Amino acid sequence: MENNPTCPEIFRAFFRIGVTSFGGGLVAYLRDEIVTKKAWMTPDDFLAALEIGQTLPGLNSVNVAIIAGRRLAGARGAIAAATGLVIPGAVILVILGLLYVRFRHNQDVAAALAGIAAAAVGLLLQVTLKIGAKQFLNPLDLFFVLLTFVLVGLFHVSLPVALFLIAPFAIILRRPRKEAAK
Amino acid sequence: MKELVSLLNVFCLLSLLAVGGGSAVLPQMEHETVSVHKWVSADDFATIYSLGQMAPGPNMTMVGLIGFKAAIHDGMPDGWAFAAMIVVLLAFYLPSSFLTYAVSHIWDSFKENPWRDAVQRGMAPITIGLMLAGVYAVGKTASFNPEHSSHFNALTITIGLAVTAWLFLRRTNPALLILLGGVVGWFFLRGI
Repeated sequence: MENNPTCPEIFRAFFRIGVTSFGGGLVAYLRDEIVTKKAWMTPDDFLAALEIGQTLPGLNSVNVAIIAGRRLAGARGAIAAATGLVIPGAVILVILGLLYVRFRHNQDVAAALAGIAAAAVGLLLQVTLKIGAKQFLNPLDLFFVLLTFVLVGLFHVSLPVALFLIAPFAIILRRPRKEAAK
Repeated sequence: MKELVSLLNVFCLLSLLAVGGGSAVLPQMEHETVSVHKWVSADDFATIYSLGQMAPGPNMTMVGLIGFKAAIHDGMPDGWAFAAMIVVLLAFYLPSSFLTYAVSHIWDSFKENPWRDAVQRGMAPITIGLMLAGVYAVGKTASFNPEHSSHFNALTITIGLAVTAWLFLRRTNPALLILLGGVVGWFFLRGI
C-alpha cells in the first residue's frame, strides 16, 4: 500500500471527485477513487476510516478525506484531500449564489427555485427514511427519534442542550452487556 | 465585522454538533440563521439548501452561501461577502476536521472498546430524529408555506413526495430529480 502519492496528486484525485460528484453519495465516489482506481487504501482501511468519519461530528465525506489524506501524506495530505474535495463545489455554489441574488425576483426563476426546493425536501426525506429504516422499526429507537424531533424540530431546544439531555440515556440503554456464558 | 464573529461562533459550534453528518444540524442551523440572527429569510434558507443539493461535492458546502447572504444583508461590500463565505466554510469544516485528524491518530486504542458500539447505536436514532427535524425545518417553507396558495402547496408537496417515492423505487442520480423538480416548478408554479 506504500504508493506514497505526493500532495498535488492527492489534491488532483480529490478535486476530480469534488467536480464530478453531482447528487451526493460522496462516500461511494471516494471509495471508487481511493480504493478501486488508485489503490491508495485497502478496502478494510477505507472501512475503518469511514467508521471514524461516521462516529465523529462533521460530514462523513470530509472526515474520510481528512483520514485518507493523513494516511497518505500526513497533515499536508489531509489538507490537500479536504480542500480538493470542497473547493469545486464551493466555486460552483458561488456562481449559483450570485445568479440567485440577481434573478430571484424573476417570476420564472422563482418558480423553478420553488420546484427545486420542494424536490430537495423529498430527497432529504428519502435519505432520512432509508438510513433510519432500522430505527423507525425498533420501538425504543423510534422513541428517541421522535423525542429528538419534537425537542429540536418543534420546540427549538438548542442542539447541545438536547444532545446532553438525550444522548446519555440513549447510550446507557445500549450499554455493552457481559455475555453470561463466558 | 461583528457579524463575521457571530458567523464564526455559530458555524464552529454547528461543526462540532454535526453528529452523524451535516443533515443533523439543519434544524439548529435554520433556527440560528433565520430566526435568531436573521441572516437569511426562511425562503433563502430553503433555496440555498436545495442549491447545495445540486452542486457537486459535500452538500453542506452551501453554508458558505449563508455567510455570503449574511454579509450582503449586513450591508457589507461584495469583497466582504466573499470573506464571509470563506469564514463560514472554514468555521464549519475546520473544527470537525481537526477533531477527526486528532482522533484518527489514537483510534486504534479504543476501536475494540465495547462502549464505542453503544455510542454508535445510541446516537443513531438521535441522528435520525435530527434529520427528520431538518426535513421539517426546510419543508415548512419549501413544501408547505402558509403564505402560498393551497394550490401551490399541494404541488410542492406532490413534487417532494414524488421524489421520495421515485428514489425508493429506482436508483437515480438525485441531482437529476432536483433539476426535474425545477422544470416542473417553472412550468406549473409560475404565477400561482
